[in-house]
Amino acid sequence: MVLTVSNLDCDRSGRPVLRGVGFDLEPGRVLFLRGPNGCGKSTLLRCVCGLLPISGGEIEVAGVRMAREPDACVERMAYAGHLDAIKPQLTVAENLEFWAGLFGTGDAGAALEAFDLRGIADRPAHFCSAGQKRRLGLARLLVARREIWLLDEPTVSLDTDAAALLAGAVRVHCEAGGAALIATHDDLALPHSDVLRLEPVRMATVAPASNPFLEGAGF
Amino acid sequence: MSALRTVLGRELRLAVRSGGGAGLGLAFFLIIVLLVPFGTGPEPERLATVAAGTLWIAALLSCLLSLDRLFQTDYEDGTLDVLVLSPVPLEALVAVKAFAHWLTTGLPLLVVAPVLGVTLNLAVEAQPWLVLSLALGTPGLSFLGAIGGALTLGLRRGGLLLSILVLPLYIPTLILGAMAVGQAADGQDPSTSLFLLAGLTVFILAMAPFAAAAALRVSLR
Repeated sequence: MVLTVSNLDCDRSGRPVLRGVGFDLEPGRVLFLRGPNGCGKSTLLRCVCGLLPISGGEIEVAGVRMAREPDACVERMAYAGHLDAIKPQLTVAENLEFWAGLFGTGDAGAALEAFDLRGIADRPAHFCSAGQKRRLGLARLLVARREIWLLDEPTVSLDTDAAALLAGAVRVHCEAGGAALIATHDDLALPHSDVLRLEPVRMATVAPASNPFLEGAGF
Repeated sequence: MSALRTVLGRELRLAVRSGGGAGLGLAFFLIIVLLVPFGTGPEPERLATVAAGTLWIAALLSCLLSLDRLFQTDYEDGTLDVLVLSPVPLEALVAVKAFAHWLTTGLPLLVVAPVLGVTLNLAVEAQPWLVLSLALGTPGLSFLGAIGGALTLGLRRGGLLLSILVLPLYIPTLILGAMAVGQAADGQDPSTSLFLLAGLTVFILAMAPFAAAAALRVSLR
């Protein structure tokens, strides 16, 4: 089991967003997160990679508890969120080379190839279309070389060919023993995949937060 | 180490390319210093008395000018999320970014400061001390500014709040830096002020990356 999440709770500004979420992710498998807007898919992804604090439950990465060794856990994950983390002043290749240097993996050429960015490698990212930027943002996953991919709506602004490139990259990643957690509304046609359906947390089903000033007030 | 060199190279490249604003701080410094004679009157004796303070205050303000971009652009385009998840410790990243900020805003001031010193009729024997005091003091300004930039991350109009938070923290550096230059201009020995200034900067360099990284972690939530 490369990633185990059990009974996860998350609150944002006192509002419950996730309650009792749990799943297992095995190497070589993909877990799709589905659910209506605002049900906490993005929040779950950010919690899993430690960008948001959790208020209950446990996250285990390859048997290591996140609460105990956050750095060791986070070093196995690559996250691609809504934003592509691209500098418009740098060219496509420069953007990718920066991430390759930061993650210490060196070569960005294969990632350029995998997302069909070779032809625009010397173009400033400023002049790229939304879909091209998204492909560049996803290419970062390949240079990061991490076991667990966390993808938040990766197919937004991708055309069908680019979505197929993404599906191919995820497939190769899983065949090499990696795993992916993908929040999406699209069907990526991947084998070895499961679906986790998230429901919005209803305020009524959540016990009201205890308020010490109201204790013993008789209601 | 090579990862940190990559970050430094990227920061410098972004500062130099269009919209980076590497030259803005320098231009701002020039303008502030050249405005002072219009305000105080052009008598050389009067200018000489305010020269040290003017140059130092102009240095503070021009450093402040680009601080709100230090983390804000990375925050807005999602780069900061990925930086936090990278193998490089956040404290080291903050230190490298603050150092790059100093290279692009503080270091150019050292080059033009003597010229502006002459414009303000600063005593000739104080010129080397002016450059030395700026060299010792301005790195601290960039690093203190990193704390402010991290604290005001994601706030609307964060730049204004940043100035209010950071400028009071600049007071010790300003006092010691301007005092060293003033003492040199009066023919006294400025070494005590300079030692204190160097000590203060070392303290800031050691403390600020940890404070700024902690503030960043809170701001990202």
